Amino acid sequence: MTVATETLVGRSVPRVEDAALLTGRGRYMDDLPVRRDTAHLAILRSPVAHAAIRGIDTARARALPGVHAVLTGADVAALTRPMTVGVKADVECWPMARDRVRYVGEPVAMVVADSRYIAEDALDLIALDLAPLPPVIDPEAALAPGAEVLHPSLGTNLINERRFRYGDPEAAFAGAAHRISIEVRYPRNSCTPIECYGVVGEYDPGEDAYDVTANFQGPFSIHAVCALALKVPGNRLRLRTPPDSGGSFGVKQGIFPYVILTAVAARAAGRPVKWIEDRLEHLMASVSATNRVTRLSAAVEPDGRVTALDWDQIEDCGAHLRAPEPATLYRMHGNMTGAYDIRNVAIRNRVVLTNKAPTGLNRGFGGPQMYFPLERLMRRIAEDLGLDHLDVIRRNLVPSGAFPYRTATGALLDSGDYPAALAAALEEGGYADLLARRDAARAEGRLYGIGLSVAIEPSISNMGYITTVLTPDQRAKAGPKNGAQAVATVAIDPLGAVTVKVASVPQGQGHRTVLAQVVGDTFGLPLTAVRVNTEMDTGRDPWSIASGNYSSRFAGAVAGAARMAAERLRGRLAAIAAAQLNIRPDRVVFAGGRIADRDNPDNALPFTRVAATSHWAPATLPEGTAQTISETVFWTPDQLEAPTAEDGVNSSLCHGFIFDFCGVEIDRTTGQPRIDRYVTMHDCGTILHPGMVEGQVRGGFAQALGATFYEEFAYGEDGAFLAGTLADYPMPTVMETPEPRILHFTSPSPFTPLGAKGVGEGNCMSTPSCLANAVADATGARDLQLPLTPARMADLVFPPETPPARTGTAPAPPAARPGERALTGAGRAEVAAARAAVWDMLLDPATLAAIIPGAHGVERVTDTHFRAEVTLGVGPVKDRYRADIRLSDMDLHRGVTLSGVVEGGLGSGRGEGRITLSDRDGGGTLIEYRYTAGVGGKVASVGGRLLDGAARVVIGQFFQALARHAGGGGAAPRGLIARLRALLRRNA
Amino acid sequence: MKPPAFDFLRPDTVAEVLDTLARHGGAAVLLGGGQSLVPMLNMRLSRPAVLIDTLRLTQTAVIEDRGDTIRVGMGVRQAQLEHWPALPRRLPLLARAIPWIGHVQTRARGTVCGSVAHADPSAELPLCLLALGGHVHLRSRRKTRDLPADQFFAGMMSTARAEDEMIEAVSFPAAPPGTGHAFREVARRHGDFAIAAVAGIVGPAGATLAIAGVDDIPRRFALPAPGDSALDDALDGIAWTLNARDDLHASARYRRELVRRLGRAVLEEAAACRI
Repeated sequence: MTVATETLVGRSVPRVEDAALLTGRGRYMDDLPVRRDTAHLAILRSPVAHAAIRGIDTARARALPGVHAVLTGADVAALTRPMTVGVKADVECWPMARDRVRYVGEPVAMVVADSRYIAEDALDLIALDLAPLPPVIDPEAALAPGAEVLHPSLGTNLINERRFRYGDPEAAFAGAAHRISIEVRYPRNSCTPIECYGVVGEYDPGEDAYDVTANFQGPFSIHAVCALALKVPGNRLRLRTPPDSGGSFGVKQGIFPYVILTAVAARAAGRPVKWIEDRLEHLMASVSATNRVTRLSAAVEPDGRVTALDWDQIEDCGAHLRAPEPATLYRMHGNMTGAYDIRNVAIRNRVVLTNKAPTGLNRGFGGPQMYFPLERLMRRIAEDLGLDHLDVIRRNLVPSGAFPYRTATGALLDSGDYPAALAAALEEGGYADLLARRDAARAEGRLYGIGLSVAIEPSISNMGYITTVLTPDQRAKAGPKNGAQAVATVAIDPLGAVTVKVASVPQGQGHRTVLAQVVGDTFGLPLTAVRVNTEMDTGRDPWSIASGNYSSRFAGAVAGAARMAAERLRGRLAAIAAAQLNIRPDRVVFAGGRIADRDNPDNALPFTRVAATSHWAPATLPEGTAQTISETVFWTPDQLEAPTAEDGVNSSLCHGFIFDFCGVEIDRTTGQPRIDRYVTMHDCGTILHPGMVEGQVRGGFAQALGATFYEEFAYGEDGAFLAGTLADYPMPTVMETPEPRILHFTSPSPFTPLGAKGVGEGNCMSTPSCLANAVADATGARDLQLPLTPARMADLVFPPETPPARTGTAPAPPAARPGERALTGAGRAEVAAARAAVWDMLLDPATLAAIIPGAHGVERVTDTHFRAEVTLGVGPVKDRYRADIRLSDMDLHRGVTLSGVVEGGLGSGRGEGRITLSDRDGGGTLIEYRYTAGVGGKVASVGGRLLDGAARVVIGQFFQALARHAGGGGAAPRGLIARLRALLRRNA
Repeated sequence: MKPPAFDFLRPDTVAEVLDTLARHGGAAVLLGGGQSLVPMLNMRLSRPAVLIDTLRLTQTAVIEDRGDTIRVGMGVRQAQLEHWPALPRRLPLLARAIPWIGHVQTRARGTVCGSVAHADPSAELPLCLLALGGHVHLRSRRKTRDLPADQFFAGMMSTARAEDEMIEAVSFPAAPPGTGHAFREVARRHGDFAIAAVAGIVGPAGATLAIAGVDDIPRRFALPAPGDSALDDALDGIAWTLNARDDLHASARYRRELVRRLGRAVLEEAAACRI
C-alpha cells in the first residue's frame, strides 16, 4: 500500500501573503524603520527637454535652515564613475546631468534636508540657468541628417546599428507571389506600479562601504553597475530589498541611478538618506518602455503562407542608453518569427537616442513592440489576399510534433502543440458563437469586429542575449555570456522547521505561497510548515548576476531551484530516516508531516524529529550522508548558450503559447469601444497555482488594455512631458476591464525542473494586436495608431464634419492635431481707435505694461524687445514668471508678430502671435490675432487638460485690456467695452 | 510632492471666515473637501499664504427645501446631497448627474459649493446649476449677493466671486411637474473629467440643453423639442458655436460630435421621462 498524499502544487491554495497585505500589514519600502538621524532627499529635475547647463546657483538652497547638503551633477561626478553602457559607444551615462540636460525630468541637483518638505522648499530656491537646444523627440527625426545630436562625443543619435540575415530572405522575397508590408509606430507606455521607487542609503567612511535598501527587483547584474559607478568593490555595496513590493512589472529595475544618487547623497550629508519617489517623478522620469518605429514586410504565397520576414526596427531608448538597454530590442531576437514556421528573416536594428526619459524593463519587454506589427501584418495579409485571418494563422503556425523547434533566429521552442491549442481555444472559447454574434450585430447596423492574435511568450532570459547587439567579433573578444543562474536555499532549524530563501525579489507573484507549495510537497509537509523569507541582502545571501525577478523566471527557474534544493535534502533525510526506521532508503516516503515506510506506514517518524537530527546529533548521521541544515542550489539550464557566430540566439529558455480572440463593438453615438468577448488561451507548461496564473493573465490583460486604449507617455513637439498625473496617464480600472475567458493547454517544459514556464507577460504581447485587429474588423481601418483614444476612434467612426460657412466674424483657428500640446487659437476684437493709434499702443512699453496680464512693469530693451515680470494663472493656479517679448515682421499700421518666452517655477512657455489690424466698417479698427504657444515644465505635465483654456484666458485678458485701452482714449463710443467683452467671450 | 508652508486657519463661525477673508483677500484660499485644492497644493501649483478650513462649520452642512428651490449650504458634501431622500423627486437632474462625479470616495469628501467655486470646465455640479437656472449665494463681511449661475462662471476656473467673498450656498430650482431630465457624459474612464457632459431638460416650455467639458465654462441653450426637424441643425450650430478644446484626451472634433450625438440622446431621454 502507499501513503495517500494530496499535493499542494497545482492547487489554488490561499496565498500566504494575503493576510498581511489585505489587513494593511504589508512591509513596503516606505514602511521600513530607518535610523533616527535619517535625512530626506528631494531631486530637482530638468523642466526642459534639451538645454546646455550654463549654471546652477544653489547658494540660497544651502542657506535654508534644515538643509544638510545640496549636490549638483559635478558633485556627484566627483564621487562616482559613469554608469556602464551596454554597447560600444563614446557616451557617458551619469545619474545626474552635468553639462547638459537631455529630457524633462532629468535630475540636475538634489537636496538633503531634515524633511521632504524642507528639501522641496530648497529645490524652489535653486536657480537653473539653461540655454535651450533644439529638442529631438521623434526617433526618425533623430536620424535625419543635420538633426541636433544629444551626445556630441558620439557625433550621431544612432548609438547602435546591426543587420542580421537568417536563411535566404532575398531569394524568398524574389520568389514570392506577394510582398505585404506594414508600418507601426508603437507608443511609449509603462506598467506603472502603485508603489513608486524608494531608497534608503548609508555610507560608512571607515570601510568606504555603502549600505542601501531599495525596492529594486533585479536583475542583480545591476548591482555590478552600481558598485562600479560608486567606485567600490562589490562587497562594499550591500544592497537589500524590502519584504513586500507594491508592484514592479520590471519598472523597479530602473531604480539603480537613484541607488547611486541616494548613496552619494548619504556620503555627502554624513548621515542616512531616504528618498521616496513621488508620482510625478515616477511618470516623467522612472523608466518607460521603448517606443519603436517598425517597418515589416512579408514574402507571401497566394495561400497566405509566409516564406520570409524583413524587419526594420528603430528603437527609441530616450536620452541615455541605460543598462541593460538596448535589451528591449534584443529580448525577442530569437522569436522574431512569432509562433510561425518562417525560415528566412532579415533584420535591421537601429537604436536611437532622443530627448525623452531613458527606457528600461517593463512587463512584456520588447514583446508588445514586436507582436503588434507582426500580428497586424498577419491580418493585413488576410485582408489583401481575401483570405480568412484564422486560415492565414493556421497555415503558418509551427506544426505539431516539431518540438523542440529551432527558430530561424535561434530560439529553441521547448514544447507545445500550437495547432491543437488553437483548435481547443476555438472550441472551448465559442468562436462559432462569436462569428454569429458579429453577423447579428452587423445585421442591426452595429459596428462589430473580431480580432485574432497568436504569440510565443518567452520566459527565463538568457543573460547572453543582449550580447547579440555586439558583432560576432566583438563578442569573441569580450568572451561568452550566457545562462540564467537561479539560486535557492532550503534550511532546517533545530526544531525541524523548514525555511526557504531565494535570490529573487517578489513583485506580487506569491513567492512565499508557491515556494511553500513546492517545498512542502517535497517534504510531505503542509503549507504552513514551510516559511519563506523573501528579503534579499547581497551581503548575506547567495546570489548571482542573474538573480532577481524578471523575464517571468520565478515559476520556471526559481521555484525549480527550490525544488532541487529540497530534493537534495530529502535524499539525505531519507537516508537518515531509513537508518532509524530500519528500512532501505527507497522505501522511505514523506507525507502528512511524517517520514514513513512505504510498505508499513505505522513504521514512521515525525518529519521534525528526523529533520532536526543534523543539528542535535550530527555524529549519528549515516556514513556518507551530509548535513541537512541547509542546502543551496545554483541552477542554470544548458540550453541557454551564448549567441552563435551566425548570430543565432536562444534568447529565452521557455516558450509559452498564446492564442487570443475577441469581439469588440463600437458605440455609434460615442465612438467608444466595448469589449464584448475576450478569450485567451495559454500554454504555460505545468501550472503551479491556478489562481495566481489567472491573476497573471488578468493583470497582463489589464495592462495591455491600457496600452491599447488609454496610456501613453505623451511628449509635445518641444519635448514637454504631458502625462505627469494619473488623470493624464489614465490606466484602466476595474470599471473598464472586462473579464477575459482564460483557457489552458498544458505542454510541460522539458527544460525546467517543474515543467513550468513563465506566464506573466503574455497578454501584454498578444492583447494589443488582438484588440486592434477587432477594431480594424469593425471599422475597416487599415492603419491604427495606439493608443486608440476617443479622438482617434472618432476619426475612424464618424463621417467628416462640415464646418458651417463662416460669416467673417472670426478667423478660423489654425488646425491643431489631436494629442499635440502645441496650443493654437485665434480671436478678434473691434476697437474705436484708428489703426495708427492701436499700432502705437502695441509698441509702447507703458501701454504694454498696462495690458499684459499681471505685468509688474515692462522694461524696453530695444524698440522691438521688451522684458517684464508677470503673474499668470487661472483660478488658484498662479505663479510669477519672467517674460521676454519681441516684435518682428512689422508691417506699419497693418500687422506685427509678437513672440515671447515666459519662465517661472511652474514651467515655461513660448509662443508666437500674429496680430493684424484693418479698418472697420463705420470707423475704428478690427484687430485679429492667431497664436501658437507651447507650454513646458510642471504645468504642462500635470495640467494638460486645462492648458488650452488657460492660454485662451490669459491671451484673452491681453486683448481685453488692449481693447479697454484703445476704447479709453476718448474715441470710443459708450458701451464699447461691454460689447468688446461680449465679443471676446464669443471669439477668444 | 509636498506643499510649501502656509498658515492654516480653522474658524468656528462663518463670521470668522468672512473676517479672515477680508483680512487676507487673494492670499487666502478656502478649503472645502479638498479634492481639487489639495493636489494643487501638493504639486505647488497653488501657493496660498493662508488656508481657511471650512469643514468644521457643520452648521452650514444643511440642505433646505424652500418649495421652489433647494438650498444647499457650503458644508454639504456631494455624498450628502446624493443620498438626500427627496433628491430623485425634487432634483431629478442631480440624482442622475451626481453618480458621475469622480468616485464614491471623492464624493464623500468633496462639497457641492466647493465644486461650484472651483469652476472646473468639466464639472457636473456647475453644469447642473446652470442647466436648471440656479443661483449662487455669495457673502462677504460687506454684503450678501445672489448671482444667477450664468453670471457666475466667468472662464476656466474663474468666477465672479470677489476675493473677500465665500459661497454661502447654492440654490437649485426644484423640478416643476411635467418636466423630464436626463444626463449623460463621456470620459476616458469612469470618474474621469468629462470630455463632454450633457444635461437635457424637456418641459412644457421647450427644451434646454447644457454642456460641460467642451468650452471653458458650462454653456446652456434653448432648443427645439425632440421630434422637431430643426433639432439636428440647432445641435450642429451649438457644436460649432462652442469653443471646443483640444487636449491630451480628446480632440475638439470629437467634442463637437458628442455635442451633436449626446445632445440628441439626452433630449430624447428627457422627453421620454417627463413626469
